Amino acid sequence: MSKAPKDFLLNDLSGVLHGFPSKRASLICFVKEDCETCNTAAPVLEALKKAHGDAVDVLVIAQSGEANAIFSERHTLSMPVLDDTSCKTAFEWDIESVPSVFWIDDAGDIKSHFEGFIRADWEALAAEMSNDTAQAAAQIDWASLPEWRPGCGSKHLDPSIHNKLRAAAENSPIHARQIDIASSDDVAEFMFDQGFSDGLPLVPPTPERVMRMLSGTQRDPQEVVAAVPPNMGEATVEKIAINAVMAGCKPEYLPVVIAAVEAACTDEFNIHGVTATTMGASPVMVVNGPIRDKIGMNKGLGALGAGNRANATIGRALRLVVRNVGGASTGGVERSTLGNPMKFTMCFAEHEERSPWPALHVERGFDAQDSVVTLFAMTSGPMHIVDQRSRSPHEIADTLGLGLDGVFSPKMRNIPVDAVLVVCPEHIDTLMKDGEFSKDALRAHIQNVTARPDAEQSVDAALRSDTKSDAPAGAKFASSEYIHIVVAGSEAGKFSSAFHGWVTGATGSLSVSKKIGV
Amino acid sequence: MTTILDPTDERVPVERQVTTRTGSLAGVIALLDISKPRGNVLLDEVEQLLAKAAPELSVRRYSKPTYAKPCPDALRHQIRDECDYLVEALAD
Repeated sequence: MSKAPKDFLLNDLSGVLHGFPSKRASLICFVKEDCETCNTAAPVLEALKKAHGDAVDVLVIAQSGEANAIFSERHTLSMPVLDDTSCKTAFEWDIESVPSVFWIDDAGDIKSHFEGFIRADWEALAAEMSNDTAQAAAQIDWASLPEWRPGCGSKHLDPSIHNKLRAAAENSPIHARQIDIASSDDVAEFMFDQGFSDGLPLVPPTPERVMRMLSGTQRDPQEVVAAVPPNMGEATVEKIAINAVMAGCKPEYLPVVIAAVEAACTDEFNIHGVTATTMGASPVMVVNGPIRDKIGMNKGLGALGAGNRANATIGRALRLVVRNVGGASTGGVERSTLGNPMKFTMCFAEHEERSPWPALHVERGFDAQDSVVTLFAMTSGPMHIVDQRSRSPHEIADTLGLGLDGVFSPKMRNIPVDAVLVVCPEHIDTLMKDGEFSKDALRAHIQNVTARPDAEQSVDAALRSDTKSDAPAGAKFASSEYIHIVVAGSEAGKFSSAFHGWVTGATGSLSVSKKIGV
Repeated sequence: MTTILDPTDERVPVERQVTTRTGSLAGVIALLDISKPRGNVLLDEVEQLLAKAAPELSVRRYSKPTYAKPCPDALRHQIRDECDYLVEALAD
């Protein structure tokens, strides 16, 4: 037979410690006060104690706190009733239900083990104990006992307790430093004082919450997802989960946050520059694919904020990872002249179902059934583009184009800078009124409507080096490829919107898409 | 007490927490005079108040050689070995 799982040292009802193993054989039974089957088993345990207590240790391990004493009194138990309210011993012994019985010899080997109340099991146990101790069998009226009663689930399997115990166990997936906050301290204030916050309150990342968060991914908690600038701190899955808890994420959002961290920390996206620039850039996250609906992201009414937990907290979690793991604090490496509210969070889902075009991720080479997050480095937005009067496709395309004329500044033409145009459903309907109006056609229209051949060509030299050549003279963008187009928003309202980019290209940031894993 | 997990890359130590309050006064308390003028007057008053409020508490007095420098290691260790609590008086 196998060895007993684990040593223990537990207090009885009078506070006296009892250890296992002892040098004697042991009958150990886990119970809960409110479990009917445990109450059925208690008199049998007492009879076994009376018959063999001088030769073996009979121990009851109880999970019910103060009610342990009630259980003991109810059955006038003479054996020690040990307190395992924390359920640590039940967890370590890996039982499933109570009563859970172990008959263990003096060498620590389990001779028999069963759970619940199957009368035949208990009769066999009584016979075995009698045989092993060479003592007369316990006097038990077996006929008065039920033949079969199922046990109750052990309390340690309650999810909140189980997560706490797993987090504290020797082989815990949790490796992060544990911080004990004194009871005289306010947890929320403590986290502000430590600099963990973006300025808003945080959810305390307790071990049990982080365990629950980790259940949202199949990845190893210690897998390093990325090195996060500026400190190049290692973002393990666990560290990302901790920040996701603080941001208010649900476990099912975690794969999106992980993919976003991966994307942000690529050389192409350059989160260091995005964070540090005095211009004040922030990641803008667009989520595509089946995961949008699976985790309840908002692609419709109010998609760009606020009120949807997934949109709000996924974007925030990425920012907190950059702040806490990367060490980018405002006024430290983060040095934006004015900052912008997108630095708290900016994440939304594309309304693929309402789009006449291939979805953003499909356009970028992914399969429609893939779930993908795409990050853009944007300095401002959403900037609304209002048009309630245009009735023809070209009129509305004119408006969308002119709505982008202010990127950086209307003075600046032919700029090699990304913009993300978010077209609302009503504008889409007008655009498509006379048949297909492709994204490329819209991009060309934007370039043409913004072309100002006579305008002063005011572009920063650093930007000029990236300039492409396909643009009309004086057009807003150096190339139509800088214009990214997605669809989002509710059915009502002729209001599209746009995000204006940062320095696009090798010297700044390139948009990056990452497939969202499991 | 709440336990949370460190969300950072753990390169900076976490600020030390206030020791858990016991809710009672017993044992040995050190009163440390940092040798700034009239610090002893304040500590005399504190000692009298403690004697009234917690007569079972025993008080030991110590003084630093100078307020201008940190407490010498030997004195710190002596206080640590001999006492359960410490009140340090500033003055002026």
